[in-house]
Amino acid sequence: MDSNNLFLVLGALIFVVGATGVLLRRNALIIFMCVEMMLNSVNLSLITLSRMWGNLEGQIFVFVIMAVAAAEVAIGLAILIAHNRHVRNINIETLNLLRN
Amino acid sequence: MSVFAFLIGALSLAAAIGVVISAKPVHSALFLMANFATLAILYVLLDAQFLAAAQVIIYAGGIVILILFVIMLIGHDPADRSQQVTWPAVASLVLGVILLASLVLQLTGRLELGGGGGIASGGSPSAVGTELFTRFLLPFEFVAILLLVALIGALIMGRRESGEPVEEPVG
Repeated sequence: MDSNNLFLVLGALIFVVGATGVLLRRNALIIFMCVEMMLNSVNLSLITLSRMWGNLEGQIFVFVIMAVAAAEVAIGLAILIAHNRHVRNINIETLNLLRN
Repeated sequence: MSVFAFLIGALSLAAAIGVVISAKPVHSALFLMANFATLAILYVLLDAQFLAAAQVIIYAGGIVILILFVIMLIGHDPADRSQQVTWPAVASLVLGVILLASLVLQLTGRLELGGGGGIASGGSPSAVGTELFTRFLLPFEFVAILLLVALIGALIMGRRESGEPVEEPVG
């Protein structure tokens, strides 16, 4: 197997593991980490494709994705802390304020 | 190189699975750091030296530390496992398998699209920087604005409302 294909398959596998984790876990922090992992697996695919096509555009995309991930983490963790101040836990089962 | 890449990739996948199945958030965070570090090694193998350094600095050095700080503030949620009903877990596993199957179906037969390839100048900081500040200058500036907005947003979200009582220390 060509090593480029190996990296693409690895990216797909890590993405699947992350998506399963988002569905499986009830702890908001772990769901957060799984989302980060999914972003990272896409980064790996983009870097591999960038090498296959022989230009740097994929790497620029990855740079932008890293910035978006950093912004997402900052806001998301702030929301978690604000939520935790009201409800005293971070189980996503308690995130039902919009239900009624 | 292929055997080395395979080993590092297997390590990365194992760390990814560890993030999902760890009972404690702290262990998940450490597995996440292992996942990021092994991916950084793979980036070096893929001619992306600048991004490997950025990966270590931003993800392993910034994001994981931030997550660890939040774990320290919020702490362990003991209800994570015990409250869990079994059928959503089964349903999510089934959905994961379906996602995997569809990805495999899409990938098989299409993986011959590019051989070795390789970037002439590599992903060195100067090559990426030249590209970033010439062709992609406008997206770069938007990234700067995005980070500023995120900073302000996080500040407003994390601030205590003026009417809110000061919380008592727990435990």
